[in-house]
Amino acid sequence: MALAKLEQLSKSVVQGPSLSTGAVPAKDWMDTPAIFKEGNFAYPAKQEKVEYLDSQDGIDFPNARIWSPDEDDWKLPENWQEIILKGLAERLEKFRSLKIFMDCCVRCGACADKCHFFLGTGDPKNMPVLRAELLRSVYRNDFTLAGKLFGKMAGGREMTVGVLKEWFMYSYQCTECRRCSVFCPYGIDTAEITMMLRELLHLVGIGINWILEPASNSNRTGNHMGLQPHTFKDNVDFLAEDVEALTGVKVNHSFNRKGAEVLFITPSADVFAEPGLYTAMGYLALFEQIGLDYTWSTYASEGGNFGLFTNNELMKKLNGKMYAEAKRLGVKYIIGGECGHMWRVVHQYMDTMNGPADFMEVPKSSITGTVFDNAKSSKMIHISEFTADLIKHGKIKLDPSRNANVLPTFHDSCNPARAMGLLDEPRYILDHVVPKWHEMPENTIREQTFCCGSGTGLNTDEIMELRMRGGLPRANAVKHVIEKHGVNMLSTVCAIDRATLTSLMDYWNPGCGVCGLSELVGNALVMDNEKRAMGYGADGTESELPDGLRTML
Amino acid sequence: MKYAFSFLAVLALVLIAWLGSQIPGMQYLFGVAIPYLAIMIFLGGFVYRVVQWAKSPVPFSIPTTCGQGKSLDFIKQDKLDCPTKTSEVVARMFLEIFAFRSLFRNTKSELHEGPKITHESSRWLWIAALLFHYSFLVIAIRHMRLFLNPVPEWLQFLDFLDSGAMLQIGSPLLYASSLGLLGGVAFLFGRRLVNRNVRYISLANDYFPLFLIFAIAVTGMLMRYILRTDIDIISIKELLVGLVTLSPVINVKIGSIFYIHVFLVSALLVYFPFSKLMHAGGVFMSPTRNMANDSREKRHINPWNDPTIKPHSYAGYEDDFREFMVEAGLPVEKELPPKKDEE
Repeated sequence: MALAKLEQLSKSVVQGPSLSTGAVPAKDWMDTPAIFKEGNFAYPAKQEKVEYLDSQDGIDFPNARIWSPDEDDWKLPENWQEIILKGLAERLEKFRSLKIFMDCCVRCGACADKCHFFLGTGDPKNMPVLRAELLRSVYRNDFTLAGKLFGKMAGGREMTVGVLKEWFMYSYQCTECRRCSVFCPYGIDTAEITMMLRELLHLVGIGINWILEPASNSNRTGNHMGLQPHTFKDNVDFLAEDVEALTGVKVNHSFNRKGAEVLFITPSADVFAEPGLYTAMGYLALFEQIGLDYTWSTYASEGGNFGLFTNNELMKKLNGKMYAEAKRLGVKYIIGGECGHMWRVVHQYMDTMNGPADFMEVPKSSITGTVFDNAKSSKMIHISEFTADLIKHGKIKLDPSRNANVLPTFHDSCNPARAMGLLDEPRYILDHVVPKWHEMPENTIREQTFCCGSGTGLNTDEIMELRMRGGLPRANAVKHVIEKHGVNMLSTVCAIDRATLTSLMDYWNPGCGVCGLSELVGNALVMDNEKRAMGYGADGTESELPDGLRTML
Repeated sequence: MKYAFSFLAVLALVLIAWLGSQIPGMQYLFGVAIPYLAIMIFLGGFVYRVVQWAKSPVPFSIPTTCGQGKSLDFIKQDKLDCPTKTSEVVARMFLEIFAFRSLFRNTKSELHEGPKITHESSRWLWIAALLFHYSFLVIAIRHMRLFLNPVPEWLQFLDFLDSGAMLQIGSPLLYASSLGLLGGVAFLFGRRLVNRNVRYISLANDYFPLFLIFAIAVTGMLMRYILRTDIDIISIKELLVGLVTLSPVINVKIGSIFYIHVFLVSALLVYFPFSKLMHAGGVFMSPTRNMANDSREKRHINPWNDPTIKPHSYAGYEDDFREFMVEAGLPVEKELPPKKDEE
């Protein structure tokens, strides 16, 4: 389905019939079925991808088949209802969060207008509370006394195919961004609910290709993009050559090198496509300048983890490569690149799932001597922590004027903001690498930041309108600073953001670019023995190239 | 529809108590047996629910970080919203439970032409929630004077403060908490009707406790301010002190309004552990709020972590791609097998 024109969508968001615009549906939500049509669902996972994952040790992706959401018959296994209810019972025993979140909601509605998908679509079931009620109604019916006694009167609902279809629709219209959980008086986190819904759906063979294909790629080739070792190497080599062409400094990087001090892992998207490529060039330039003894890995060549968007077993399996490779290469610690959901996994899950990482040392910057106690168990630090520390100690020379042509704002990515608390390190860096930058309005940044609208594996083209709607609150806040301050660049520390915000800006705020923070660092970096490529201005004077790492040489 | 059902259910409870308590001999059921049973169900049910929650582990460290985390020396940590120490977590929880801090953050987002979305601070729900809960708390504490003999001085003082004795409003003195509770309930109910988002999500389960609490407040106030002739406060106190000391007596006739009030309170106690009212217990145990953000500093243990889930091995990876790796000059653990015929 073609994406609606800007004017149409703008009008539709504000005037179209939706709960946000005052058109309260006549029917109760329990009596409103999910209707699938081309454009409102992400394509189901290819059978062979599901089969491949199912064949791997330690993980189950059963009931692989060809099916489509817009067909009536989803070809569910015969005992699907039993599978789902049993799966729910198991998860209630495994996750206290699920039990408490099922029981405690008072439906105060504080979360309702906090969700970017609700704000953009006005669909009542995109209010976090109703998204959770889709599961809670079944929970009440089958797992609580009140539900067993009073059924629908107590808000209970039998598990039917219709309910299952709703689960699919709305657990894939949630990006697990956790914004609602900031505002919930009981801290109910819809990300937990969505994760459970997706886990349950996988039990009956329901998943989307945009998640399962990268996940299976990552399992086999080491990265989501499916780059094989030689290709991954070629891509990084190519970027290193570009850095050299611009700065005149030869980049000495290595792959799979045993005995390196640091293993560097970043989302593979950074070595695959614009504008992530420039961020990767920023890493290369920075590490070269400070002479960091580090290596890339082609085996653990993915920072991201689409397992997070499927079930905890696959998340663990994919994440396991980081420590496995760190151990094999004998590095002292790991530095992780700019990525949102990667850092949710690294910060909140990795050590628990695949630790203890006792074969490494507490991260200590060999340049500044700083010991990163905040990562003393997991042994992995964020590139922004590392870079901010370098700047603080005056170990790198930065010339912000080299970024004079950009006037950025900063987008807090959901996971670093709300599942890690990484807010001021990027800001500190930004303060030092650009002459000036502007914050977006206060209710749209830091822990209240709005999602790009395409996280958790939803950045697939077939649901573009949904993505543009979901991203509207973010785009709108950017627009505010564009109009007020003339901002022309949206900087961020997330690889998914670099891809999705680019589409979002092109749609809502054309002319506003998107960049990774390390790109701005790379641009501003004054390297030893550098010989910057020069260009000639319109008036014939020679000057440094204004586009920095983005210059096509 | 949903509120009508809840309203009728509460009305039915009132009628049962009203009619039932007039049947000779039934006073003992409504005044003694049911309250005892209700208390037992409440306590037993509450403990049962909490134990049930506690039985499920917290496999992962999932605090919602609402501020800057602990990081480099020169980056200031937000200790309240992104705690790492137990004392900081306790402070966060204290403010959450006693000041409803997350609700304090509430904003209202609105769509305008353009499209333009605005996000304004919105504290009405926070104010009403505080009013409602604290009024309820004061009322509950204040009722202790009916169960304790002699009445402790601090309780008399609370009563004095709450009754506005200093202002001398009305006779008998009007309690601020009574007005607070009624006002709070009215706001919470009105909001469910007026706010379209909240109206659409509301279930019968949401209206029922509001009607029930409203009815409890109204019957209580009727007893105190209007139907006083029916009420012999001395014999009520005798009964209630008797209940506490496990030697209840009902000597004289007490007006039906008392039995209705007590029956409704009993209904609330019984309903409590099996409903959303358990948020009172759950808020203490919510993992997104009561955990420290220290998951890279200390390893959080998942009791059901499955050690058999291993990554696709490096050896398997190299086997798969060795030829390409060698050709690209990437180091390998195992060299390629020597080619047989190289003539």
